[in-house]
Amino acid sequence: MAAASPARSGDALAGIAAASAAERVAAQSALADLPLAHFLTEALIPYEQDEVTRLIQDGHNRAAFAPVASLTVGGFRDWLLGASPAALTALAPGIIPEMAAAVSKIMRLQDLVSVAARCRVVSGFRNTLGLPGTLSVRLQPNHPTDDPAGVAASLIDGLMLGAGDAVLGVNPATDSVPATIELLRLLDTVRARFDIPTQTCVLAHVTTTLRCIEAGAPVDLVFQSIAGTEAANRSFGIDLALLAEARAAALAQARYSVAPNVMYFETGQGSALSADAHHGVDQQTLEARAYGVARVFAPLLVNSVVGFIGPEYLYDGKQITRAGLEDHFCGKLLGLPMGVDICYTNHAEADQDDMDALLTLLGVAGITFIMGVPGADDVMLSYQSTSFHDALYIRSVLGRRPAPEFAAWLARMGIDGAEGLRADAALPGPLGRALGQGLAGLIGA
Amino acid sequence: MSAPPAGPPPAGPPPAGPRLWRDLRHFTAARVALGRVGAAGLPTPAHLAFQAAHAAARDAVHAALDGPALAADLAARGIASVTVRSLAPDRRSYLLRPDLGRMLDPACLPALDAVRAPGSVAFLLADGLSALAVARHAPALTAALIAGLGRAGIAAGPVVLAHQGRVALGDKVGAALGAAAIVVLIGERPGLSTADSLGAYLTWAPQPGRNDAERNCVSNIRPEGLDLPDAAAKLLWLIAAMCERRISGVGLKDEQPMAARLAAGGHPEKPASRAADAFPRIGDSR
Repeated sequence: MAAASPARSGDALAGIAAASAAERVAAQSALADLPLAHFLTEALIPYEQDEVTRLIQDGHNRAAFAPVASLTVGGFRDWLLGASPAALTALAPGIIPEMAAAVSKIMRLQDLVSVAARCRVVSGFRNTLGLPGTLSVRLQPNHPTDDPAGVAASLIDGLMLGAGDAVLGVNPATDSVPATIELLRLLDTVRARFDIPTQTCVLAHVTTTLRCIEAGAPVDLVFQSIAGTEAANRSFGIDLALLAEARAAALAQARYSVAPNVMYFETGQGSALSADAHHGVDQQTLEARAYGVARVFAPLLVNSVVGFIGPEYLYDGKQITRAGLEDHFCGKLLGLPMGVDICYTNHAEADQDDMDALLTLLGVAGITFIMGVPGADDVMLSYQSTSFHDALYIRSVLGRRPAPEFAAWLARMGIDGAEGLRADAALPGPLGRALGQGLAGLIGA
Repeated sequence: MSAPPAGPPPAGPPPAGPRLWRDLRHFTAARVALGRVGAAGLPTPAHLAFQAAHAAARDAVHAALDGPALAADLAARGIASVTVRSLAPDRRSYLLRPDLGRMLDPACLPALDAVRAPGSVAFLLADGLSALAVARHAPALTAALIAGLGRAGIAAGPVVLAHQGRVALGDKVGAALGAAAIVVLIGERPGLSTADSLGAYLTWAPQPGRNDAERNCVSNIRPEGLDLPDAAAKLLWLIAAMCERRISGVGLKDEQPMAARLAAGGHPEKPASRAADAFPRIGDSR
């Protein structure tokens, strides 16, 4: 598997990459001839050693697998390229992450786009995400010190540019219970005051969020970073039992109105290697296994933070682009509401042009959601993601709309379809009028 | 259609109620209120301001550490230093192979042997991902720390400079010196508006194989973040606690800033009290 993986620095760092281009293609040919069912009997990480392997193997749905049970990996690729949306939806429970990873290794970018674009995955909380013709945005109003007015300013900026239907989600600068509760209350106050049909989340560690729930804070979604091995998850301070406990606690809040998808997961190729918990398996296969973890918890959102980890795992724009499309494809094939944080750090060989290309490719591939960061510059996490403007661009060129409930809200607020707004103009609609009465009043400070 | 480049909030008090879109800039350094051309377009000034910031960050990542200039700056403050290098021969290797940046070039061992200081708190100043940060802030911070440790009766030194170094290089350097602890001052990954942010990592009993949970980190050291006097005070408190309890890492809780925060009333309007707890960029230099 590792030798068949398209080139990336993380596999080279782990010492498991193909030694030459010819060796890589030979490995891909061998992989193409492997029966798909092989992955059900030959675990890459032993069943006895790893609870993620056990979760994947024990949860496999043989009936759903039946249409492709006799195929090789290569035959599966051909099957996928001709499959209908309904066939792909029915297949999802029958595919395990290793199968998705294997076939992706012998797919070109256009194959990854073409098949993912036919995968239909819908999830919901206070609105409905993933409907055909929609593209949603996580509004990410981070601030280096969690300053409430600073967060609120970015929040208003994003709402004015049509972002926020996937989630209003802040990465806290400080992972503490009081700081997290303060941010949760801020987000919930704005959401409730303007009756915004969306959900809020503070991306603290799951143990912090559990304590916030116990303290009575308004928790819509439980967030957690997850990985594809038990050992990597342990390095994150989590296991499957803890995730199940957190999901139960969030469900018990019953804060949803559309559907009970209460989890928000983030992942990224290379996380297991960086935790020295990769078992000699390539980073893309391990990433797909993280989706195997995610799907048993019926998440609202799964987000591959593809370019965040740095050049020792994904060196340049080409590697980030390939990885982003692989992750989106594998997630969608496994039935997940998949988003990608289309991003890069300043020590990677990438720039805004690379992000524009990946954004456009993922838009065509039918991505469920992307990030929205003011001016693409996250001033807390110090990396570059997609901006509110980027989201407007991709919606505009592909004719995508926000989630229907959120689109109706934008229209009610008079900020739907606005064009050419100057920075020195007054903000329109009820949100603009409320803002004129003071940011402190807006955030309940 | 003009949108001034994003940057620090405008001078003067924030408006009582933001009336115009651009008023949002009073509340955050994020690139808010950039304007909008057509359905989705970013106005030209905002686009070019972003490109300029990215170019500065890229240049900072790829800038080489000027070792002689850094040594001269330290010497002017009365601090002698020796220079070492990791096994990463160049920036590309440094970026692709973090393991090489954590290993000491064996040819540098005699230089360290000559300045062995058993039981001392040693210093390693490494380029990390921003040689700019080290050149700008490390000499003054090192001088403040050495002076403070002197007042506390804690043996300090020697000071070692490293090319293509990561945090764990300090384990090898500290062990070679026989040091009781090592303070690694290292350039953090540049953000778009923060090309010169310094990180400080404390490790008790440095030796190969130490993991990150065995270190304490103070991040975002720069005039616009955690400024040098505050960083020095915080680090001196941590170093004294480390020497007293003879541990570092998760077992050594950073209680002093919390106490200071409570004393200040814990006002969220005073973000400076929290800046040091921010975790951006941690990990990339390790």
